[in-house]
Amino acid sequence: MAARVAQQLVKFIVLIFAVSVVAFFLVSISPIDPVQANVGQVAYLNMSEAKRAQLAEYWGVGTPLWERYGHWLGSALQGDLGLSLRYNAPVTDVIAVRFANSAALMLVAWVISGVLGFALGIVAAAFKDRWPDRLIKGYCFLLASTPTFWLALVFLIVFAVWLGWFPLGFSVPIGVAPGDVTLLDSLHHLALPALTLSVVGVANIALHTREKAIDVLQSDALRFARARGQSTAGALLHHGLRNLALPALTLQFASISEIFGGSVLVEQVFSYPGLGQAAVTAGLGGDVALLVGITILSAAFVFGGNLLANVLYGVIDPRIRRAERKENHA
Amino acid sequence: MPDLAASRPAHSAHSVHRGTDLLPILHAPRARLLNNRRQTVVVLVVALLLLAAVVLTGRLLDGAAQQTDFTAKNLAPSLQHLFGTDWMGRDMLARSLAGLSTSVLVGLLAAGTSAVLALLLGTAAALGGKKADTAITWLIDLMMGIPHIVLLILISFAIGRGFWGVTIGVALTHWPNLARLIRAEILQCKESSFVAVARKLGRSPVRIALDHLLPYVFPQLLVGLVLLFPHAILHEAAITFLGFGLPPEQPAIGIILSESMSYLSAGMWWLALFPGLALIATVFLFDRAGSNLRTLIDPHRSQE
Repeated sequence: MAARVAQQLVKFIVLIFAVSVVAFFLVSISPIDPVQANVGQVAYLNMSEAKRAQLAEYWGVGTPLWERYGHWLGSALQGDLGLSLRYNAPVTDVIAVRFANSAALMLVAWVISGVLGFALGIVAAAFKDRWPDRLIKGYCFLLASTPTFWLALVFLIVFAVWLGWFPLGFSVPIGVAPGDVTLLDSLHHLALPALTLSVVGVANIALHTREKAIDVLQSDALRFARARGQSTAGALLHHGLRNLALPALTLQFASISEIFGGSVLVEQVFSYPGLGQAAVTAGLGGDVALLVGITILSAAFVFGGNLLANVLYGVIDPRIRRAERKENHA
Repeated sequence: MPDLAASRPAHSAHSVHRGTDLLPILHAPRARLLNNRRQTVVVLVVALLLLAAVVLTGRLLDGAAQQTDFTAKNLAPSLQHLFGTDWMGRDMLARSLAGLSTSVLVGLLAAGTSAVLALLLGTAAALGGKKADTAITWLIDLMMGIPHIVLLILISFAIGRGFWGVTIGVALTHWPNLARLIRAEILQCKESSFVAVARKLGRSPVRIALDHLLPYVFPQLLVGLVLLFPHAILHEAAITFLGFGLPPEQPAIGIILSESMSYLSAGMWWLALFPGLALIATVFLFDRAGSNLRTLIDPHRSQE
């Protein structure tokens, strides 16, 4: 167990390192002139040639890529990811604040979509080829083709503009001092983005669970349980649930990448000040340091999810536990 | 298809007369108007026709999509303007169709490139020895580790926005899943007895690749390509919506939806609803076509 975790951790670190190289390389070959992007069009035109050269040197235009990367890596290892130009603060600070907002959103969506998708998948399998199954399947197929941001827009029109149940955006009410914001306010602002993200996330897990549950329902164990007189629901609960929960859990951990991507879009629609919105601002505004920081964090988030899934699998599934014990004895 | 229904045998009862004795049929599935094969063909044909129609009308309507008419601005959907008009009096139906045709073009190019990349890298991983395999598997893990949207933002930042920027970005981000699949298929095929026999018979590696490996992975590649296409369109729209894709002057669904955000609180819901529905219809059709094709081609799923 410990050896497996250690092995996964090493892989995690090497992958994060590789992501930082890729991200750094990609922002470096950008055609966007750092001087022009950072001082603005008007200031750039009014600037003297000497001043431009000075700034170009400051942004490291002349230095080779590897030297700059080494520089960046050196300070990154000490916890300094540089300064964000758009937010005028250290990248780590910007990310910390934004991550708290995004994490709340993603966690809610992750849990709701997982539980709901799992339940829908089992219901669909239990009613295979009858109307509940058709309804759930159709819903999932349709949802898989729906752009997240469009659904967010429709929810915004219906729930915020027409019905007025939810605010139009942001994570806190406008014009209220940060200290006066209650938890209820925050939840009120979180509800619509979280709902959008949850609804979109259901499709994958529901379809997957449905397939697995159909297999389980046709297994000998289930047939015997039903022959003994147990109801379908009871048999599924006692004999199917553990078998079904494991792959579903793995899938849900693997879907973190998609939830992260979805949150970027949803945050943009609802002006929700999370990581995704910061990534868009950084990308559009030429904020290189912040963009690299967010890329690395998002990758760490995704790899971390997969890592956790692998470790949890070992803890929950007795077959893997036993196989490992055997390996250790051998 | 009325003739189809008519040609169906009238007796779908649970027994048939054959000669004199009555044969009970234990397994009599409900007769379906369209079986899976026909359904797939129909969906594929409709999808391709729609694709051609969208691209053609989109090209033809390019002028109409840009045309402004300030006497007819901010109109709700009516018979004259089925999708309504925007704040500059542009017809939203024309704009949506023109936007879709751009999306389809980006989608086709990106999905095609992506599938070729997946085939090359997947094959290289499976056949290129241990080192190549490790390197490519690592690359796949790496690409799957960064969320697609973040990677697209990075790539768009690196090579610039515009038509080619998006196409390259989407092509570069969508190959890993298919490459992994192709690698697994080829590894499986390589171990199979018919390849071993061919090798013993002295067939050259090139002949084995062309005669055995390629036909083996071709169905997966085809299905992968069809399924990549709707994905590519969705990601193009998403990245354009965020402001990293196509330029604002080009008609695109992402642009239309992102511009509509400023007018939603004024109650102009049609600006967002219909263009999005048009996009969903296109994506949905191709997604279904791809999935049906997979059920049809893939021997593991032929029992469904």
